[in-house]
Parts: sequence; structure tokens; C-alpha cells
Amino acid sequence: MLEGQFRNPSGCAISGVIDRSGRRMSGECMIRSISTMHDRSNGLGGGFAGYGIYPEYKDYYAFHLFYDGAASKKETEDFIGSHFDVAFQSAISTRKTAGVTDAPVIFRYFVLPDSRKLETRKLDEEEYVVRAVNKINTEIKGAYVFSCGKNMGIFKGVGFPEDIGRFYRLDEYEGYAWTCHGRYPTNTPGWWGGAHPFGLLDYSVVHNGEISSYDANRRWIEMYGYKCNLQTDTEVITYIVDFLLRKKKLTLGEVAKVIAASFWTTIDSKPEEDREQEILLRKMFPSLLINGPFSIIFGYTGGLMALNDRLKLRSMVVAERGERAYIASEECAIRAIEPELDYVRAPRGGEPVIFELNGGVK
Amino acid sequence: MKIEANNLDYRALNEIVRSSQDREVEITGCLGQRYLGAGLSGKHIYIEGTPGNALAAYLDGCEIEVHGNAQDAVGDTMNAGRVCIFGNAGDAVGYAMRGGKIFIRGDAGYRVGIHMKAYKEHRPVIVVGGVVGSFLGEYQAGGVIVVLDLNRDPMGIVGNFCGTGMHGGEMYLRCEEVSHPLPAQVKAERVERLEDEEILHIIKEYAAAFSLPVKEILSSPFLKLTPNTDNPYKQLYTNN
Repeated sequence: MLEGQFRNPSGCAISGVIDRSGRRMSGECMIRSISTMHDRSNGLGGGFAGYGIYPEYKDYYAFHLFYDGAASKKETEDFIGSHFDVAFQSAISTRKTAGVTDAPVIFRYFVLPDSRKLETRKLDEEEYVVRAVNKINTEIKGAYVFSCGKNMGIFKGVGFPEDIGRFYRLDEYEGYAWTCHGRYPTNTPGWWGGAHPFGLLDYSVVHNGEISSYDANRRWIEMYGYKCNLQTDTEVITYIVDFLLRKKKLTLGEVAKVIAASFWTTIDSKPEEDREQEILLRKMFPSLLINGPFSIIFGYTGGLMALNDRLKLRSMVVAERGERAYIASEECAIRAIEPELDYVRAPRGGEPVIFELNGGVK
Repeated sequence: MKIEANNLDYRALNEIVRSSQDREVEITGCLGQRYLGAGLSGKHIYIEGTPGNALAAYLDGCEIEVHGNAQDAVGDTMNAGRVCIFGNAGDAVGYAMRGGKIFIRGDAGYRVGIHMKAYKEHRPVIVVGGVVGSFLGEYQAGGVIVVLDLNRDPMGIVGNFCGTGMHGGEMYLRCEEVSHPLPAQVKAERVERLEDEEILHIIKEYAAAFSLPVKEILSSPFLKLTPNTDNPYKQLYTNN
């Protein structure tokens, strides 16, 4: 039976780690962490995001692409060649792994926008990249850019997350922060592009939940040029965060108050300054309130943010040990890689928890 | 019987526990295995580590001790027995619990004791030593919930929406007042000195389980929450 023809009870697992001193860890730790939550996934999607993994090309946008064949690859490479300077390109090396089948062709390109084109388009560099990625994903059939940030990369596919991690040889990559996701898709088909994390530039989102406000959020964000064509709620969360952070220049704390806004009755009982700020944010972005159960880890250059929906309908804990900070759906996923913790706690619904590199975001 | 749980799958671990002839079962290195003790009776299970979700679900008379933190859904629909957690517990502790006792030394998460119910001699009990999240005792229909806030946590003893839809049972919060407003279906009454025999007995048993000074616990006033019969739950959503 195909996915979508039967009901899946919702699950999903997320995990993340950051070393705030900037020391890099191999992706192996995330594989071990997520594998303790094996039963939260059903083998229809797994993925990872690593930050600081491409120091030798840190100033280039690292494009990761899925192709369904030679034709889409040729068409995409023509497009990339005419819009970007490509410093290096190669297939992403993978390992034959039991449990991972039907893999597409997977390529990586380190690129910078073509300087003349950038000049004539009068766009800032990031917007140029976003539009190019959008164009490939919507107009070139069989090609899909699933990662496009600097000095970071997303690795994902259909399978259990621990198998996907081994498939991509993540033990051979080192990053100062990692996130990962085990999928238990409920409403949409499990396919390679639909696995988490979702990324845009250096932003990545892993998400456990089911957003009931999806269509309201989608309609609103599409007015600003985003195209939600994957039917998944994680895609819309990624665009909302990108819109609020990159375009509206909100802080992460303010973003949390928009997407996981308190109830009006709760706002009423807050001190005046908080009350005014929360009322303002709710009034400015009423359609970006994300309703329904979710727990997310938002990754960006230099940091991770954990956030639960305002009713806390999904589990999530955070912990620290020295310079390392951890976020996971279940405590066992943290204990698996760090048995001794300084503390572990469950943040309240709507309470953002932010861990950043010492000295802030570089 | 001693079981080193390290890399055992939850099915394998539960099968070993269930099929053991011993009354005493000791599990060490527990790491996320779900459903431990589910539906079991007649055993004393000692757990070191982090047991997975739905620990003691449908428990029917075991004594379970956890040296570490428990995750979500401890004692879901539990029927009888006693669970002592020496660390914290996650969300939805004692969901729809029907009997037995859950004692937590530290904090518990959201939705503690929701849909808890009592029937004849079955009267479920949850005692939390620290603080709890929102929706404590939501739709509580019976039984007793006690929250002690032993460390006077600045987070506050309970979160939002405590006792929403409560229509039976009682809650005892060891505090003068709660920081978040209580719903209209809940009546709060300040108890200067606890005298109710049943509650005193519960707190003494709790203190003994964790070697805590019972006198000190009882020296503070409590807030007793019960359903407000003047403003009953049936009118929360519809007038019927």
C-alpha cells in the first residue's frame, strides 16, 4: 500500500547538537543520537544538517541537488553555469546501505553568483541565490536543490535516519553543529526531496508535528513571492522564518512570539512591556501564527533554536554539558551521546531556547 | 534478575521482564526503551537510566522505581501499583489514570493527571515534588493530585490553564496563591494546616519514599482546588 492510502499515527524525531567553542564533531554523533528514537520514524524519511562542514569552500554557496536523470542534470548545469561561477563540482559520495534504495543522482556545487548578472539584476547576493534556487525547483523537472547555504549542508533521503546518515558517509564530515530528523510522514508522500531538514540559504528546519494552520500560513507567505510546492508544513515554516528573519529583520525571540504567540488571555496577564510587544507582533503578522502541534529545531550559521508550539503538544528537551548544548525529542537521544549532563530540562510551550557559538554568530 | 539494557530493543527488553519468574527485576543502562512495566503486576522493577515513553502504562500492581528521569506518558491509564521517579518526568503523567500512585521527586511536564478518574475504592494519586507545566489536572474527574514545589521554583508551581474542565477529585498545591488565573470551574480554598487524614497519609508516604522531612513539607499552607459546584463544568462549552 502506498503512503497516503492508510493512516499513519504521527511521530517523528528530532535531535541537534552545537559545540559553542566552535570545535567540530563528526556526523556520527547525530546518527547515534537519532537511532535511539528509531521507533518514532517509519523509514520514509531521514536527514541531517551540518554547520561548519565546508571550511575549504566557506565563502561559496554549497548547492546539493537531486536529479532524476541525465537530462535534468544537463539542463540544471546549463542554468547554474550561466548564473554562477562554479568553483568545484562533484557527485556527493555515498555508501551502499541496506535500507536505502531508489536514490536519485546526487550532486554538489560550490558556487558564487555571476558578478555581472548580480550587478544588472540589482539584487543582493542572497536574494539572487534564493530566486535561482526557486527557479530550478519549480521550472526544471526532475531537479531539486535541497541545500544552498554557505559552509553548511543538508543530507536527506527516504529511509531511517541512521541509514541515511551512513549512506551519506556523515562520519567523514565534521561540523560545529548538527541537526537531524527521523520522519513519520502523516499527510504527504515520503520522497527524497520531502525529507527534512528543509533549508533556504543557511537556514534549516527539522520539525516534529502537524500544522493545522498550513493553508492560512501558505496563502500569506505566497503573497511575498515564496512558492510552497511540496505540500509539507516544514517547507512553510522555513519560508516564514526566512521572511521574518532575513526580510523583516526580526530577532529570533520575536520570531518565536509570532509563530508561537501566546493566547490573548495569557498576554493580558503579562507585564506591560511584554504585553505591548506581543500585541504588536500578533497584530503585524496574524497569519504567521503556526497552530497545531510542533517542535522544531531551527539551524543557522552559528546557532540553533529550539521551539515548541504554544500548547506544547510535542515533546522536546534541551541539555548542556560544558560547551556542548543538546536538543532532542527524547532525553534518551541526548544521553546516548552524552551520558553526563550539567542539566536537562523541558522548555515551556512557545519558549524559544537559543544556543549560539561563543562570541555570537559569525 | 539483573538486566543490562544498553542496546536492547524495547520489545526484547520487555519480553525479558515479562517472562522473568523473579519478583525483583533490576534494569541498568536503560536508554529510551518504551512501555516498561506495561500492564504488569506482582513485580518490583528497579530502573537505572532513562526509561522511554509510556513507562508503567496500564500498570496493574507493580512497584517501579526509576533512578533517573522518565520521559512522556508515565502511568498512562494506570490501574494499580506505585511508581517512584527520583528525577523528573515528562508530559502527560498519569493520563486517564484509574488507580495506584505516581510519586515524582523532581518536576513534571505539561498535562499532569489529565482525565484522571476514581471509582469506588480506586483512587489514583499523583505527587510531584517540584513544579509542573500547563494544563495540570485538565478534565480531572477523580483522584488526588499534589504539587509541592519543594525548591520554591521561580517558574511558579503550575503553568496556565490549571484545572480547566475539572469536574471531580481534588488538587493540593503547596503555595499561597497561583500566579496564573484559575478557570471559573475551579474553587480554590486556602488550607492553613493540612488535617485531612487521607492527604496527610499520602504526603507521609511520599516523604518516606524519597527520605524527605515530612514536617517541613507540612509546615506551609496549601491551596486546595476542587470543582466549583456553583459553576459546573457542563456549561463550559454548551448549555445543555
